[in-house]
Amino acid sequence: MQIRKKGKKTVPPVSTASLPDIVFMLLFFFMVTTVMRETSLKVQHVIPQAKEVAKLERKSLVAYIHIGPPLTPLQAVMGTEPRIQLDDAFATPADIPTFVESVKSQTDEAEVPLLTYSLKVDSKTKMGIVVDVKQELRKANALKINYSTRKSNTKAVEL
Amino acid sequence: MARKKRDIGEINAGSMADIAFLLLIFFLVTTTMDVDTGLMRVLPPPILEDVPPPPPVKMRNVFVVLANSADNLLVEDAYMQVEDLRAAAKEFIIGQVNNPGNERFPEFKVATNPLIVKYYGGNHLVSKQIVSLQNDRGTSYELYIAIQDQLAQAYTEVRNEEAIKKFGKTYDELKDSKSAVDNEKAKVIRLLVPQRISEAEPKEIGS
Repeated sequence: MQIRKKGKKTVPPVSTASLPDIVFMLLFFFMVTTVMRETSLKVQHVIPQAKEVAKLERKSLVAYIHIGPPLTPLQAVMGTEPRIQLDDAFATPADIPTFVESVKSQTDEAEVPLLTYSLKVDSKTKMGIVVDVKQELRKANALKINYSTRKSNTKAVEL
Repeated sequence: MARKKRDIGEINAGSMADIAFLLLIFFLVTTTMDVDTGLMRVLPPPILEDVPPPPPVKMRNVFVVLANSADNLLVEDAYMQVEDLRAAAKEFIIGQVNNPGNERFPEFKVATNPLIVKYYGGNHLVSKQIVSLQNDRGTSYELYIAIQDQLAQAYTEVRNEEAIKKFGKTYDELKDSKSAVDNEKAKVIRLLVPQRISEAEPKEIGS
């Protein structure tokens, strides 16, 4: 009993008409998920690792404070000591209340208590500058902070 | 001067895929998928001038962690490596309920919080533990984060053990659970083992 016919079978060409649709779908996905970087970093930081980390959600409610030595091209002017960067410029601890106020004014009033200040600090930095920043944040009533750390998988924390 | 209506031929859509690919690759390259992670902390509110200072705390209830500018650690008057801090802190946080005379461990008091009473009964004892962390201005940020991490791990472990003993689930499971009952249980555990990390103003000397 022979079902299939004998003879040469030609495979019809695969239709690529739906290829643009598929690509467009992917494109829209990436367009929607992409967040463009708003500030350019002027300091370099190697973020320390920790085990007990929590995810930072609602990126629109996070303000970043970068602390670390200036980038190599800027070191001629700014020196190699760790510096604070707020938004796009170098700052001193005294500038933090103004920064906090501007962040608060840009946020919806109902969401101000949810604002988190993420401290991205280089692991080689001394605590002195971090403490100054923390004291200024306290004075400005910006109490919710987040020490930015990467999640480490190893049990022991290397030093 | 009537123009002859010209027939527009079909536009070739063959290159549309190429254009879309180009855009796709651009967005693929610029996308960063990383989620920001970190240690969440709440700073104490600013001290007002006319508020009386808080009542003193018995030294016995305080687990003192000192870090100096040379990144050495002094825990309860003994030199310690940062890797051992978690175990030591955990031991202190749990304490010894049945041995109240031991001065090394914190005192206990009867819990009055209605939620604890609801789950544990009227005369459950909770520890008066506080962890005090003081660092120098010259302490490295890396060590500071390592200490914070170790203390947070100690608290999480104690909470998990308590939650498993009482409710059969870890604290993290209860906390992340969708059910309100589990979330309430997580709250009870949180009240039972509150994360009390007090940070003293840093010393100015030796930096």
